[in-house]
Amino acid sequence: MRLDDAFGFGLRALTGARSRTWLMLLAMAIGVASVVVLTALGEGARHFVANEFSSLGSHLVIVIPGKVETTGDTPPLVGGTPRDLTLEDALALERSSAIQRIAPLVLGAAPVSYRQLERDITVMGSTADLMPIRNLELARGKFLPETDPTRESAVTVIGDKLKKELFGNRRAIGEWVRIHDRRFRVIGILKPLGESLGMDIGDIAVIPVASAQSLFNTEGLFRILVQAEGREAVSRARQAVIDIIRQRHDDEEDITVITQDALLSTFDDIFRSLTYTVAGIASISLAVAGILIMNVMLVAVSQRTAEIGLLKALGGRRGEILSLFLIEAGLLSVAGSTIGLMVAYGGVWIMGRIYPDFPLLIPLWSLGAALGISLATGLLFGILPARHAARLDPVVALAGR
Amino acid sequence: MIRLERINRSFMVGDETVHALRDIDLEMAAGDYLSIMGPSGSGKSTLLNILGLLDQPDSGRYFLQGTETTALNETEQAVARRDHIGFVFQSFHLIPRLTAAQNIELPLMLAGVEPAERTGRVAAVLEQLGLSDRARHRPDQLSGGQRQRVAIARATIMQPALLLADEPTGNLDKHSGDEVVQTLEQLNSRGITLVVVTHDPEIGGRASRRIRMVDGAIDPGHPMTGSG
Ligand SMILES: Nc1ncnc2c1ncn2[C@@H]1O[C@H](COP(=O)(O)OP(=O)(O)O)[C@@H](O)[C@H]1O
Ligand SMILES: [Mg+2]
Repeated sequence: MRLDDAFGFGLRALTGARSRTWLMLLAMAIGVASVVVLTALGEGARHFVANEFSSLGSHLVIVIPGKVETTGDTPPLVGGTPRDLTLEDALALERSSAIQRIAPLVLGAAPVSYRQLERDITVMGSTADLMPIRNLELARGKFLPETDPTRESAVTVIGDKLKKELFGNRRAIGEWVRIHDRRFRVIGILKPLGESLGMDIGDIAVIPVASAQSLFNTEGLFRILVQAEGREAVSRARQAVIDIIRQRHDDEEDITVITQDALLSTFDDIFRSLTYTVAGIASISLAVAGILIMNVMLVAVSQRTAEIGLLKALGGRRGEILSLFLIEAGLLSVAGSTIGLMVAYGGVWIMGRIYPDFPLLIPLWSLGAALGISLATGLLFGILPARHAARLDPVVALAGR
Repeated sequence: MIRLERINRSFMVGDETVHALRDIDLEMAAGDYLSIMGPSGSGKSTLLNILGLLDQPDSGRYFLQGTETTALNETEQAVARRDHIGFVFQSFHLIPRLTAAQNIELPLMLAGVEPAERTGRVAAVLEQLGLSDRARHRPDQLSGGQRQRVAIARATIMQPALLLADEPTGNLDKHSGDEVVQTLEQLNSRGITLVVVTHDPEIGGRASRRIRMVDGAIDPGHPMTGSG
């Protein structure tokens, strides 16, 4: 028997039994569509988080005072009493060829007031390079000037929310605000970036790092943000940071260096396993579809017993009858998954319309997996009925018994 | 062409053994026209099924065109059925979703004949049986007589040496029945070996050789004509 004939025969058998065929197509389509849509959601979530991280700034290396013992993937624990990370330490990092720019950070809470209005906000001491490192944008005015970081200067750049609360619609640039007990002149207003990993950029005041150190009466930095020369330079930059600080800290490695990639890959792993889990759960519906196919094929075999007997009487061999029914099951799987894929793409497209910010992606592997699993279940669950058909005794089958 | 030697076939029904065939001896030459009659349950269909390699005897030997068929395995028997034997059944056994032409084409399809060649052969058979205008009709659009003639076309499309018909007129009125018998006899006159099981003495009587079965054995008292 020729293969094209076997397919033609299977196709006619399927189109000849419409409701049975539609039922199985539906089951298969639901299974495939749920696998694909759910993995698309999982992948979407993963990319969403990745995007969030990249809004943090690119090729970022974060230096935190204190040695953090990281064992495997468990959350870090701070140990020992670290030496302060000083502004000089930060500036020393600029020597490394792997490092493009750095921004020291001093963080503290302080009241900010303008005339009678007062707000408690976060004050961030840093340098001009904070802007490119954190991808900050200005709504108005200028950012911190590029001067010697060790020099104090009474200027501040404020978040847009703070600006509204203190000044309303009035002009803020050039006005003097009081932070704690000192006066600073407003030189710029930040564009709202929304929530960026838990820190509200709208509700801060940025001042030169030296001013912040004296305002909060501290030598130590909260952290140093380091931007590597490029993505490939991140690990070199990381090593440079460790080497330089160790040299400056009497050969003691009392800092923790976090690369964005490491953070990202942790989240990546979490979301990837989430995606696999969800896909796995959805595959159960594929298995259910497979069992349905088996049932309906068994019914088909018993309904078509006389036909099978006839095929045998006409000289159909056992293997040919087996392959006829397997091809039928396979065709059902393929057609069902095709419909399922169309439904999935349609669904993802519609969701993309409703939530344009959420990056929905159908990963190639999920297409492959859905198609593979549906074909495998179709054939696997098709084998039992097909073997049953192939083994029928022709005389008994012809009698329709 | 056909030789049966002491063929036995029994079935277990509950815990009783039913002897459907007892020590059947039968010899047929190519081109013979044999009718098998006898009461219901006498083993006619069982004999026909064994002749057609659809069923295997419990004991005895069956030679078809010089080959001992009882020594063939299942696949070889299927191929022998395909290439040398045609069946016509009382209930036609046409596949309802296929057209007349597609039903007739089935044995060619199973044999792996090229589609182009199939079309020609199907058309020729349809022509020969006067069914050309019914080629695209499905079985439910055909009369009983037409259905049986489609079945005959299917049984003969592989040009078998042996044509077996089990009560081919059983589901037909007198007129269609006669037409079908004439079609079968026409094929016989062109050389095909024909075996017809029937209840109808009038139809059975037309055969050049007649046997009567009683309780699983060939009735020796029955007059036989022709060679044997
Ligand atoms: N598959 C079977 N299982 C059990 N008994 C059977 C089977 N086929 C035939 N028989 C029995 O064998 C005997 C002969 O049957 P059959 O050849 O069909 O008779 P006929 O065709 O002459 O009416 C009957 O008693 C029948 O009940
Ligand atoms: Mg019978």
